[in-house]
Amino acid sequence: MSRDRDELRKRQNDEEESKRYAEIAGLLAKIAEALEKGVVELYNIELAFDEVELQIPSSAIETLPIPITITPPPQKVAEAKPETQAAIAIAKTVEIVGKKVVELMRIGFEEPKPNFTGKVVEVKIGATKSEGGTRETSFVLGGHELPPYYYLTGYKPPHLPAFGGDTFDMKIGLPRAVRQVFGDALDNPEEWARVWVKKFGAEAIDIHLVSTDPTLKNASAEEAVKTVDRFLQVVKTPIVVGGSGNPEKDIEVFNAIANAFPSEGLVINSLNLDMALEKVCPNIAKTNAVVIDFSPMSVEKAEEINRKVYTWIPRNRILLDLNIGGIGYGTEYGFTTMERSRLAALLGNELLQHPFNVGAANAWGAREAWMTMDPYWGPKEVRGSLWETLTCVICLLAGADYFMVLHPLTMKVLKSLREYLFSDPKPRDPEKALSWLSTKLPVV
Amino acid sequence: MPWRPPTPIEIYQLLPQTNCGKCGEPNCMAFAVKLINFDTTLEQCPPLIEDKSYAKNLEKLKALLSPPVKEIVLRSPKRVVKIGGEYVLYRHELRYMNPTAIAIDIDDSMDRDSILKRIEAIEKFEYEYVGRKLKLDLIAVRSVTNDPKQFAKTVQIVAENSTLPLILCSLNPTVIEAGFNVLTQEHRPLIYAATKDNWREMAELAKRYEAPLAIASPGDLDMLVSLAKTLSEGFGISDLALDPGTLIGVNGLAYTVKAFTWLRYKAVYDLWKYAGYPLIGTPISVWSSLEGDVMDKMWWEAILATLLMTRYADLLIMHSIDGWVLLPQVMWRFQLYTDPRKPVAVPSGVREIGKPDEKSPVIVTTNYALTYSIVLSDIEKAKVNAWLVVIDTEGLAVDVSVAARKFTGEKVAEVIKSSELDKKVRHKVLIIPGKAARVSGDVEDATGWKVVVGPVDSSEIGKFIEKMWTENKLKELLSQ
Ligand code: SF4
Repeated sequence: MSRDRDELRKRQNDEEESKRYAEIAGLLAKIAEALEKGVVELYNIELAFDEVELQIPSSAIETLPIPITITPPPQKVAEAKPETQAAIAIAKTVEIVGKKVVELMRIGFEEPKPNFTGKVVEVKIGATKSEGGTRETSFVLGGHELPPYYYLTGYKPPHLPAFGGDTFDMKIGLPRAVRQVFGDALDNPEEWARVWVKKFGAEAIDIHLVSTDPTLKNASAEEAVKTVDRFLQVVKTPIVVGGSGNPEKDIEVFNAIANAFPSEGLVINSLNLDMALEKVCPNIAKTNAVVIDFSPMSVEKAEEINRKVYTWIPRNRILLDLNIGGIGYGTEYGFTTMERSRLAALLGNELLQHPFNVGAANAWGAREAWMTMDPYWGPKEVRGSLWETLTCVICLLAGADYFMVLHPLTMKVLKSLREYLFSDPKPRDPEKALSWLSTKLPVV
Repeated sequence: MPWRPPTPIEIYQLLPQTNCGKCGEPNCMAFAVKLINFDTTLEQCPPLIEDKSYAKNLEKLKALLSPPVKEIVLRSPKRVVKIGGEYVLYRHELRYMNPTAIAIDIDDSMDRDSILKRIEAIEKFEYEYVGRKLKLDLIAVRSVTNDPKQFAKTVQIVAENSTLPLILCSLNPTVIEAGFNVLTQEHRPLIYAATKDNWREMAELAKRYEAPLAIASPGDLDMLVSLAKTLSEGFGISDLALDPGTLIGVNGLAYTVKAFTWLRYKAVYDLWKYAGYPLIGTPISVWSSLEGDVMDKMWWEAILATLLMTRYADLLIMHSIDGWVLLPQVMWRFQLYTDPRKPVAVPSGVREIGKPDEKSPVIVTTNYALTYSIVLSDIEKAKVNAWLVVIDTEGLAVDVSVAARKFTGEKVAEVIKSSELDKKVRHKVLIIPGKAARVSGDVEDATGWKVVVGPVDSSEIGKFIEKMWTENKLKELLSQ
């Protein structure tokens, strides 16, 4: 209490002091102005020059530009009468006194101290030889103890996001921008996967077993197993196996695949509340596969499905997919559901402590990503890829961990962004940030 | 201690408590509840504003409801743009308030024709989305010549030929002053920017012209907040905006995201006033800091804009004027700034599209604004005369509402009944969305109308109607 009072008194004193300085400064400013015109007219003022101590460090004047500037021509000063010379010196003190009035009030930026106690589980994707599988690479997702990109001192996110390339096991309608980059490889899904890894650096491959859809080819579970087997031969990254979305058929397919490849660290994409989970989870539980629990844009449903799946599958083998719509088509729901879930997880809600999967291909469903529009809006090939990229950027900021990507350009940008975002937040040439101000830029 | 809205009681105690109803609410308590949800404003209560005896209470109410991030107003004679005024870090904690303003630059080395062309492009930018017109907000005039006269000339051309509020961009106070000298009093531009080197002069200008002032301190948060303190407390400038620097690449981007996040966190969670100002991002930076061709720069400018908008930027200064760079920005901005507590919905009922008659098709859709406006525009584009039945799915899209059992036969029957549609058309055939195929039986049972499952994407409606809606097909259908 008394400290507060002291503070207050000190502040009052400071204020009075600066008022006094301001008065002196005002007076001296007048002198300065007069000097420029070569006249010194002071009324009702007695100045005893020998009383004015002039200590002007010249560097201070150079480095502290203040609004009152005086530039009397030098030789004139030399020729000036002694009184005038003294007055110039006084005028220079304006700068020193002025500096006191509006001195930079230095304060420090104290970093945020949020209080989070929860932790996202660490989920291992893929299994190398030493881990019992045949993959050449594997990676871990999750482990977060803070919301994404808080950059608090002493905390480094334990695991970075990872990016997988989408492939489909039969011909489906694909955007032209995608057909252009993969060309003939699209005719052969394994080749497609190989190109993804070799040429575009996919860190995992997503096989969407669309052919098993009862309303399409209705390929059997055995055929699906063969497809997955071929992929496992051709690419050595972890593999994410997606079903057709038909809840009955997916159970058949997932069971067959779990039985056939129990040690590859596959990711099963995905389980949802419409499925008879008890018919598929026990089988998956016996393997080292990871499952994606799918709960479109609902935190409550995410808790519900996770709680059910825990009956069979350990927490550290579950990813969560809260779904995302391309920009303009529900992106905000997916984004906010992710933010809500991650915050709840870090505040201790154990049902939500799972890394997020994102199906970026959804972005291509946005009409602005595929429609031919007036030329002003650019070619749809450009819009489509950008839509996927930006939708991913938004998910990245919401804390997403694994991205299933359709276009290589998206993957390339995401990899650069990951490198940038997970580097030390210490800019090398911060002043460069302002170079745009005075640079002539090309107008296109 | 993050920002928390006051309780309805706290608000109620300061209202006139006469329950006069002039605000459109039945009583003051109802008005109080609306206030804390930001569904209304204090100005809607006439007694509070007009009766001087409430002046003190009004001040208290303003303080209770004032945002931890200051709201700054930029003005031209024709437009007002507000930035900041934010309360929360995360959208779901309340909602975001003033959509990120997007400024496009014009520089003072451009000739008159180029300037006019660019102004036209900026002003004409418009995209219609869920019944809203998405547009750009500001023009940032940059001095690349560092010549006050040249800058003044440019500012004058821009002010005379555009309707948008301005940002005057230069680190040279003399240049900024020259810009002010050619602007009328009705203009309230943002000064960009005070730095550690020029802050005294810039502060003088901000005071003299009563203009908001941006502080730029790339890479130095200590300096940024020190300047905020000095300018607000030392100079008494209340309208500030902060630019911590938009940097790209290794170390740079991480710093930028950190700075934006920390600033907003300190403002709304710690209620630290020196961080409590609108934040400025400059995706335009990539044009001078990135190597590569024009396409690369545009691509990264788009990425930075989305990233910064998502991470709290209240104002973005950009260079690209190309549709494909800006389109996703204005669309994402619209979404990000919707109220997460309320889906964007349109009223249910029957709409007449074109000039429908007793033989015209009846098409069913949901009241999710996006679905509705897409279906509407597709029917219009296909030049089909139709009755559009909009059912109340509580603002959910077709697939989601079907899954959530909000798209039901009963809802369809309700609208048909209340609009007496059965008296307006002779056939009894409904076309429902392809994604609602699952509920076709339910709709038939509840309405007694024959249901035809339409296309999954409404862009196919034209083709579908052309094929389906013929005398013969209808006869065939109804005889089944
Ligand atoms: S106008 Fe004001 S005083 Fe009248 S009911 Fe509304 S809140 Fe109460």
